[in-house]
Amino acid sequence: MKLLALAARRLAASLPALLLILIGLFLLLQLAPGDTVDALMAQMGGGDAAIAADLRRFYGLDLSVTARLGAYLWRLVTLDLGFSAIYGKPVASVILERLPATLLLMMSALFFAFSFGMALGVVAARRVNQWPDTLISTLGLIFYATPSFWFGLMAIVVFSVYLQWLPAGGFGDVAMGYTGWAAIWDTATYLVLPVLTLALIFLAIALRIMRASMLEVQGMDFVRTARAKGLSETRIVARHVLRNALLPMVTLIGLQAGTMLGGSVVVESVFTLPGLGRLAYESVVQRDLNTLLGIVFVSALLVIAVNFVVDLLYARLDPRIAG
Amino acid sequence: MSGPTRREVFLMTGAAMVPASAVAQETPRRGGILTVHFATEQRILNPSLQASTGVYIVGGKIQEPLVDIDGAGNPTPVLAESWESTPDGRAITFKLRQGVTWHDGRPFTSADVQFTAMEMWKKILNYGTALQQFLTAVDTPDAHTAIFRYERPMPLGLLLRALPDLGYVSPKHIYEGTDIRQNPANTAPIGTGPFKFLQYERGQHIIAERNPNYWRNGMPYLDRVVWRVVTDRAAAAAQMEAGQILFSPYSSLALADLTRLSRDPRFAVTTRGNEGNARTNTIEFNFRRPELADIRVRKAIAHAINIPFFIENFLGTYAKPGTGPIPSVSTDYYTPGSPQYGFDRALANRLLDEAGHRRGAGGVRFSLRLSPAPWGEDISLFATFIQQSLGEVGIRVEIVRLDAAGFLRTVYNDHNFDLASGWHQYRNDPAVSTTVWYRSGSPQGAPWTNQFGWTDAAIDRVIDDAATEVDPAKRRALYGEFVTRVQNELPVWMPIEQIFLSVFNRRMRNAGNTPRWASSSWHDTWLAP
Repeated sequence: MKLLALAARRLAASLPALLLILIGLFLLLQLAPGDTVDALMAQMGGGDAAIAADLRRFYGLDLSVTARLGAYLWRLVTLDLGFSAIYGKPVASVILERLPATLLLMMSALFFAFSFGMALGVVAARRVNQWPDTLISTLGLIFYATPSFWFGLMAIVVFSVYLQWLPAGGFGDVAMGYTGWAAIWDTATYLVLPVLTLALIFLAIALRIMRASMLEVQGMDFVRTARAKGLSETRIVARHVLRNALLPMVTLIGLQAGTMLGGSVVVESVFTLPGLGRLAYESVVQRDLNTLLGIVFVSALLVIAVNFVVDLLYARLDPRIAG
Repeated sequence: MSGPTRREVFLMTGAAMVPASAVAQETPRRGGILTVHFATEQRILNPSLQASTGVYIVGGKIQEPLVDIDGAGNPTPVLAESWESTPDGRAITFKLRQGVTWHDGRPFTSADVQFTAMEMWKKILNYGTALQQFLTAVDTPDAHTAIFRYERPMPLGLLLRALPDLGYVSPKHIYEGTDIRQNPANTAPIGTGPFKFLQYERGQHIIAERNPNYWRNGMPYLDRVVWRVVTDRAAAAAQMEAGQILFSPYSSLALADLTRLSRDPRFAVTTRGNEGNARTNTIEFNFRRPELADIRVRKAIAHAINIPFFIENFLGTYAKPGTGPIPSVSTDYYTPGSPQYGFDRALANRLLDEAGHRRGAGGVRFSLRLSPAPWGEDISLFATFIQQSLGEVGIRVEIVRLDAAGFLRTVYNDHNFDLASGWHQYRNDPAVSTTVWYRSGSPQGAPWTNQFGWTDAAIDRVIDDAATEVDPAKRRALYGEFVTRVQNELPVWMPIEQIFLSVFNRRMRNAGNTPRWASSSWHDTWLAP
């Protein structure tokens, strides 16, 4: 019950920010030259002015900006995200179609980045300034410095084109029509490269944070006390150091869940995954305002949800924070 | 010109990709899935409502036009079996194919043709609305005869050349009484073609399967066609190399990848099958700038740009110098001998001096803004080349880059540009989408039309006369006159000719065998093991 109240309070606190973001984005897109009919004309390769006027009426673009903004916000109150100009169906269903791929990609990448980042960070901290530390830190630097589109394309060239181990892109084999476990395995093979690509840069950040925070906690008084009690080194690291060193990591997860949603535009394009990032990009290019606002709305909700979970984790890791 | 040109050499190598003798001996093999690169997702897939290559690449396999173009470039029957025009060009009769059914089992009749022509081609279809503006009625004396009645003469040659693109038929029973723009069949098309629509997963793929009741007996050979949505060009090239995509149409890959794939024995990079889809690169002059309204300045700009050098170093074998708005692949209307503007920097400088634009501080005469269209790597390269070339003769150029919607709005609606550069698409007859670049009076906001502030009563008259001239010889003479005059006046300069490139996996057979193959129905295409 207390949890629900907390969640409700969180959501209420985020609502004004969400509203401002949506209105700001709406107005910002009005400044971009051209509207969705211009984008459609470009795609069609031309058409006369009567067709354009007809289409503007069809998409409701003949109304004033304030009238359209008002109508949009009013629809939002009734939880109606409107109609997508590019896809010709309700925005909610367009987003719902794309959500699974995005969530799967994001969750897998987050999981991979933080579990391996944590492990590598711990190893590096325990062997600080020895060769494992140097190796891990150098690798981290390389991952951090490599742009993800380049890494993705190189991974495709090596693993798909030359070795032919993994598919080059897509989200499941459309021709074979797998079901059950075969389908899950099939999807997994398509996800390996994009997840690795997306995760590596975050892995690099995670391992650096983990290493630094491990080193910091290791020097604290309570660790010396634990050693004085005669606890084994493994037990000290697992029970005392790790738990305290995890706090900054959890903060990082909360921050990067948002970044990852946006950062996946590149990875989704390179690996041709049907995710939210590509949808957002397409909506900007095609000036599909309803879809774009819908994505921002859903992404904001996702980020709010992730941060809520992060808060709960804080309380679990450090009982002093819960209040 | 002695010896074959680069283009001809290139076309010959393209033609040689599958030896003719080998094709003749090979028996078509049934089965297999053709995977196709789909680079720009479309809002609708129905070619009766939207005339664009992005729609034909999918919809053209599911729906069929009345007429197509055969390997020799002549009109060939599809849903229409024969046609004839009255001598005055006001009534054109099509005899329709019998025994054809829609994918849902209903028979195809003249009522479908009547409905599509009056409700879609005349009212909604881009370029169709202009082509059919004088269409008053389609009479259907019986289920397999459609008589198109025109208020003004319609040249039969123009109609037959336009119909392969602008003559796709939709089922009346699906669309009648509905809001045509919102009809669900727009993204799940129902046609008479060799492939039946099966599934469209937005952002991922479209699947169509063999139509077992197709009217061409024993066809199609392929079991399925799968279009994979791949927006990233480098990723698409990688998927071709990994075998996930067998065919990439309409120059959708990066120039560097095209060069690399052309050296790979598994692929053929060729213009074959796109001869009906020629385009020219444009330099569009805004006459609202007093400097550009001066013919000497426009000619100086043309003389300042070394087109052969640009083609040789940036486009390679995939382009050749253009001579005007009608490209040389148009055997009917190409006019050699029109005024040309070769590279001559001294002449360019002299013309600019004569026009009164002396060099000022830093050797700059005046500044111009150039807006390159965002489609095509070649346009972007050309813009940089124009900038540097004009810098040499004292014209400072600032490049203003915009995305597709922004470009169309800024150039063709707001007229907020000095120079623009993009593509003009030639659609087999100058009256379809070429003369609109020069005809005055086009309403503001109509893209790829004369929005340059240039008017010329003589050219307007020639364009109007040619559009309704039923005598083919007289029509050809009128277009000769048209080309000569616009090359003299130079409201738009079209100095480069290109044909779209296709990348085929060599397993494909009967691929690229007609001038608009990529858009056509692929009924006879098959895959070798």
